[in-house]
Amino acid sequence: MQAIHITAPLNSEAIQNLKAGEQVLLSGELYTGRDAAHKRMFELLDENKPLPFEVSGQAIYYAGACPAPPGRVIGSAGPTTSARMDKYSPRLIALGLKVMVGKGERGEAVIEAIKEHKGIYLSAVGGAGALISLCVLRSELIAFPDLGTEAIYKLTVKELPLVVAVDCKGGSIWTTRLNR
Amino acid sequence: MRIIEAALITEAVAKLCIEANIVINDSLRNALINAGEKETLTLPCHALDTIIKNAEIAKKERLPICQDTGMAVVFVHIGVGAHVNGDISEAIHEGVRKGYREGYLRNSVVGDPVNRVNTGDNTPAVIHYDFTAGEQIHITVAPKGFGSENMSGIRMLNPSDGIEGAEDFILETVSKGGANPCPPIIVGVGIGGTMEKAALIAKQALLRDLGSVNRDPFWAEAEIRLLGRINELGIGASGYGGKSTALGVHINTYPTHIAGLPVAVNIGCHATRHSSIRI
Repeated sequence: MQAIHITAPLNSEAIQNLKAGEQVLLSGELYTGRDAAHKRMFELLDENKPLPFEVSGQAIYYAGACPAPPGRVIGSAGPTTSARMDKYSPRLIALGLKVMVGKGERGEAVIEAIKEHKGIYLSAVGGAGALISLCVLRSELIAFPDLGTEAIYKLTVKELPLVVAVDCKGGSIWTTRLNR
Repeated sequence: MRIIEAALITEAVAKLCIEANIVINDSLRNALINAGEKETLTLPCHALDTIIKNAEIAKKERLPICQDTGMAVVFVHIGVGAHVNGDISEAIHEGVRKGYREGYLRNSVVGDPVNRVNTGDNTPAVIHYDFTAGEQIHITVAPKGFGSENMSGIRMLNPSDGIEGAEDFILETVSKGGANPCPPIIVGVGIGGTMEKAALIAKQALLRDLGSVNRDPFWAEAEIRLLGRINELGIGASGYGGKSTALGVHINTYPTHIAGLPVAVNIGCHATRHSSIRI
């Protein structure tokens, strides 16, 4: 299977062309965010305050990297378990978040939100942090520096190897295992 | 009586933290390569290729295999003829501090489990002490990532549940974990003892080399049977389907109470890490 080259932020057409099970190489920009950053973003939303970046149209990567050794852009930077963000994702998707990158399955509410708002969930290979770190060209701190590895960073990546896990129609590579 | 300076233990622990996080052991590497050779489907092949390539990159570039460099679990066997000059626990925590700082490893520990402020130096470690004969100290550092730790479980079964009940619980735990613990996984099982003993021996089971078997033929057979059943679940490498959900099932047992059958399942990811030294 030939991997499809895509660039984030992804436009609607690019998202609609992708189907569950396809391999992609993602270049472009992603924002990191995991448990603590999501909790903070929700506190901001509840207080009607602006988020540290405009989520509409953007891509979030569920990841908290290792510190960058000297001469490197970033340390090991693989995905974390996406399911822990299931509680937060539908609201962010409703606000326009288009792309989520992480590892593992998503809950039904997230898949429904993806279908309704035409988003996409891409899976990275869990535990491939060293390899993925070599795909990161730039890392810029955006918000919540006190959270350490859980702060929000804007990453510029080149050819990050991913698999379309849930497509915009709700098709999933895990459909057969959903009722497990 | 042999005197061992605490500073020596700090140095050793620091080195072990770094090595364990960068290099996977040969038995694990070989098991991953074998798994890759058996796979035919596109996506699990992609996952295993990526995992093997990642381990090579980590070793060559001296980068952590995974960004989740874990909470440091430290097993210490102290020879009764050895005397540590200083506070051994503090020496170990200091070693973790130093190893995580100098190895550019991720600080993943929060001080309070609910209020959650990062301690900033990956301490405290989780330390298990045991005593042994002789004048040496044996230390194993096993950094544990929580993608897999979170998918672990323990259940207090009834004696009447027997081996079938134990196997069903193990399968249920692996099945629920799905892609989350970064398969292909290693399944560490502790059966017997008390609740905490079962959990501890399950974790120790993850330290065994892949390919090693339980010395009791009854349990050795159970390990093989369970590995077969788990690999029929179809979770597969990275959760992409196929044959490689687990690389091994390691069962440790301990005598237990007439009323109980504790079963603990500790899941280890495809980079289940540990590194040891004898001082």
